[in-house]
Amino acid sequence: MTSIETAVAEAFRAEWGQVVATLIRITGDWDLAEECAQDAFTSALDRWAADGVPRKPGAWLTTVARNRATDRLRRAAVGAAKLREAAMLAEPPDPATVEEFPDDRLRLMFTCCHPALALESQVALTLRTLAGLTTAEIARAFLVAEPAMSKRLTRAKQKIRNAGIPYRVPPAHLLPERTPAVLGVLFLLFNEGYAATAGADLLRHALSAEAIRLARMLVTLMPDEPEAMGLLALMLLHDARRTTRVDDTGDIVLLADQDRTRWDGDAITEGVALLDAAMRRERPGPYQVQAAIAACHATAADAADTDWPQIAALYGSLVRMTPTPVVALNRAAAVGIAHGPEAGLALLARLREDGQLAGYHLLPATEADLLRRLGRVDEAQAAYREALDLAGTDAERRFLERRLAELSV
Amino acid sequence: MKYMMLICADAETGAAHAHDGCGGWTDEMLARGVLCGGEGLRPPNDATTLRVRDGELLLSDGPFAETKEQIGGFCMIECDGLDEAVEIASKHPAAGYGTIELRPVFTPPVP
Repeated sequence: MTSIETAVAEAFRAEWGQVVATLIRITGDWDLAEECAQDAFTSALDRWAADGVPRKPGAWLTTVARNRATDRLRRAAVGAAKLREAAMLAEPPDPATVEEFPDDRLRLMFTCCHPALALESQVALTLRTLAGLTTAEIARAFLVAEPAMSKRLTRAKQKIRNAGIPYRVPPAHLLPERTPAVLGVLFLLFNEGYAATAGADLLRHALSAEAIRLARMLVTLMPDEPEAMGLLALMLLHDARRTTRVDDTGDIVLLADQDRTRWDGDAITEGVALLDAAMRRERPGPYQVQAAIAACHATAADAADTDWPQIAALYGSLVRMTPTPVVALNRAAAVGIAHGPEAGLALLARLREDGQLAGYHLLPATEADLLRRLGRVDEAQAAYREALDLAGTDAERRFLERRLAELSV
Repeated sequence: MKYMMLICADAETGAAHAHDGCGGWTDEMLARGVLCGGEGLRPPNDATTLRVRDGELLLSDGPFAETKEQIGGFCMIECDGLDEAVEIASKHPAAGYGTIELRPVFTPPVP
């Protein structure tokens, strides 16, 4: 890559979302905004090579994209109304805004994550408009054919326009119900990439990196939202351990057996600092609690040093905030280590009765682990076999088979 | 923007609430100037469905679709956008026992 190509690529990552968000606000047309932003980056390749990289690449790109939109609208103008629209765009922008373009990315983020859109559309739209991934890249990451993804994006944009979804940051009284939707999309995005194993498509790992980048953006744009900080902290603390989660053959490595010297110390330091800053606001929420649990693991010198009573207590808080069976299962596992296998098994027995986790391999797998610790070998073997029947991936099955074999000797 | 609120419920629930009225919702929305009209409907048993094919009129007894949820009433509202429409519809008492579908009204593009 030439230095200009590198400069444009860097500007693309840093400024794409901002340019598109501004153009949508000015033109009200999502497709036009994307096309003009694309044109601006293309002309940057030539013009920056000739004239040098501008002092403020974002402002330069937004101005070029805006001019392009004016041209396009003027050329397409057939009626008086369209001409007026084009004339309005062509008016020289306020001198103040030439220097400092207002940040429209937050309204773009909230509009992409509007609950009137299907979750999968929210995710795709966020990746396309804010992160600048191409339709082909998004399609590949979600194992969908490109035409299907293209249709999904088109439909979502049509719905925003036709159903009158407002392009705005919701007013204060709606924020408590709308912010979790934005956080939820970013976390889903992160998990899509995080769950991908070593050998899997690298593009899926890029999703985690994009999610972290977008979460950073959100923390900057909503500095008073502790859950945004909590989410970013959670992502960083998980991502710090990413490379040690599976071994070279793609097999799962348990937290206790992971090589802690290979954890990313900088990411852990940043995550813990963010979590501290979030908790000082004294408005706890599920992402902060999950980040606190991740921090307990990430800051323990070794597995034996882990503060399990603290983790069990944090899971207790999390169950109260988000009473889902999977959270209850994690709590039972933590209690089993912190307060003895019997205490954990008692909680698991209640979950089994409840029936909501029927068919989920981690329920019998967790039981098996606690039974193994108690030396109840026969029951542990039966539970591992039940888990084996339910496990979905090869890596999970290999892990359970290993455990079962260890018990048999 | 204009939206049609389609108020739906299963037949039994709808019948149970047929004489509820709107608990002041109509007055509130008229006063806000966002309600353009609307009616409650008689149950789907009283519906007649018709179509004309090749010039022939075909009538049938009952509603068009044999689904559990049936339209029990409708309102037309006009407001700023989907967020306000959702706020208006969520205050309708039927939202508490049935479902409300918000459909934007079709407006042909201005040439």
